Parts: sequence; C-alpha cells; structure tokens
Amino acid sequence: MTLIQSVTLASAQASISFTSIPATYTDLCVKLSVRCSDAATDRQMFMSFNGSGTSKSSRVLRGSGSAASSYTSTDMETGRVDGAGSTASTFSNIEIYIPNYAGSNNKSASSDGVTENNATSAFAELAALLWSNTAAITQVSFAVDGGTNFVQYSNAYLYGIKNS
Amino acid sequence: MASTYTPIATTTLGSAQASYTFSSISGSYTDIILVINGTASATIHCQLQFNSDTNTNYSNTYLLGNGSNALSARDTSLTAMYLDTNGFTVDQSMGVWSIMNYANTTTYKTMVGRYSSSTRSAEAIVGLWRSTAAINSIKVLTTSSTLATGTTLTLYGIAAA
Repeated sequence: MTLIQSVTLASAQASISFTSIPATYTDLCVKLSVRCSDAATDRQMFMSFNGSGTSKSSRVLRGSGSAASSYTSTDMETGRVDGAGSTASTFSNIEIYIPNYAGSNNKSASSDGVTENNATSAFAELAALLWSNTAAITQVSFAVDGGTNFVQYSNAYLYGIKNS
Repeated sequence: MASTYTPIATTTLGSAQASYTFSSISGSYTDIILVINGTASATIHCQLQFNSDTNTNYSNTYLLGNGSNALSARDTSLTAMYLDTNGFTVDQSMGVWSIMNYANTTTYKTMVGRYSSSTRSAEAIVGLWRSTAAINSIKVLTTSSTLATGTTLTLYGIAAA
C-alpha cells in the first residue's frame, strides 16, 4: 500500500478530490477523517468517479446504536459525516476500497464508516457501491449532502495497491 | 511510507471457473489478504477451504444488509467457509478478506472480511477454521455455477515487521 496523494483542509471546503490518479496500481484505498459544518448531528457523504453524476448505486447496512437497517440508493453513499450538532472535535472515519480501478469493467467498491461521538446519535455503516461505467478511474471526489462544507482539519489519504 | 501489501499471487480468470487454488503459500507473512473482484454466471456463493481440508471444520457468523433488511446469522460445521452469504452475481461484486496469523501452528485460524455487491448486499463476515495447521494453500470455490471470465483473485501478504 503506497501513498499516492493526501489532502488536509486548511479551511472549510465543499469537496475533497484526488485528480490525475495514475493507472499504475491495481486497487485504491481511501482513508478519510472528516467533519462537516451542517447544523445537524451528521450528513451523508457521497463519492463520485471522474466527475460523473450518473450510473451510481449503493446498498447500505446501518447500525444506529439502537437498531440495524438497510436501504438502497442511486448515489454512492460512503457513510455519514459528523456535523456541527455532534460532539465537538469529533471527526468521522471512513475507509473505502476500490479494486481494479483502472480496468475495463464496471467499478465496484466498499466503504466502512463511523460517526461515534459519545452521544445519543451515532452510526456505523457498511456500504456496497457501484459505478456502472467501464472507464478507468482517474479522479475520486467526495462531497457532503446538501452542499455542506467539510471543515478545517478534515483529511483524506489515497493509497495505491499493486498485485505484482 | 513502506509498502504494506506484498503481492503473493494473482490471477484473472481466462475462462469461467468453479474454483481457484492458491498453493505453496509461504509462511513468511503475519496476515494474508484475499481480494476478489468480478462477476458470476448466476447468483452464487464463494467459499474457502484451507490445505485441502474438506471436513466439517469451518464456521461463519455474518451481518448483512440487502437493501431492505439487516440481518445476522451463523453456520457451523461447514465443509467450507463462506466469503459471502448473499451471492456473487452477474453484476460487479467485490470483497476483501483478512486471514490473521495464518502460519502459526498453535491456534485455530480466523478470517474477517467484507463483501460488497450494490445489487445484492453489504456484508461483514467472520469465519473460523478449526485447525492448528499453518495455512499453505487456499482454495476459493463456488457453491454452484462459476465465477466468470475476467474475475480477478489476488492474495497479498502483510508482515508485522
């Protein structure tokens, strides 16, 4: 696992993007520590590849601390992000694995995320993600539902994994 | 940063296959990681067998969300360990599974992993192989039908130091 790029926000920003991703690896892994400025306790984070807003889907398993549930989405929902309504200084942790990102098949991915904040509302989520597009992935971007900003000190690391 | 995933072996299926075996796995790593990305000709389950053991020495516990329900269950005394319980299918699926301390000769072997299909389920699954033998081969097999041409299976090693 080799670090390709990293981002640490010096100020609030509406999105986090990795661009010009080389095709020299087999798989990608993204690790994020993020918080958003929305007044709610948490908001959903979405992922997109190559700037595409179409052909995305998810199947999500969610634990809220009191119940487990599952739902589908027509976006790539990678997990909840702690908002301003959650415990201060608490950032969500999310890990995403993207195999064969430069191949010619549709692109599947998985994400594991948590919003634990020592309060009454928190989520642990697992998601199955799909971008039904055969293009090689050269850009991975993240945004929060409703256009809310990621706050300062949010960070993301993009790693490459080679199978040979 | 030092590279932490060391490739051990990989294959891209040139034809549909019901099984694939990683053999002669060295004991020089601490943990091993299996990554599968691909499709199947029908909805199937993938399973593991270690060291050609086909006896009822395997068990699983899993948690999954299929888009409408969240559920958990377990299976005991299996002849193979499940990697997914809701099915690889014609749509692109993937999974990453870790097998901890695979080369030790004093404890049973545990697997923990994640399976993802946006048309089937998001799953977390754990498995146990009740054997103290060091793992030197891993057979990936299907419960029915085949993994499709183009499916990739890769084994990585992670060393503690």
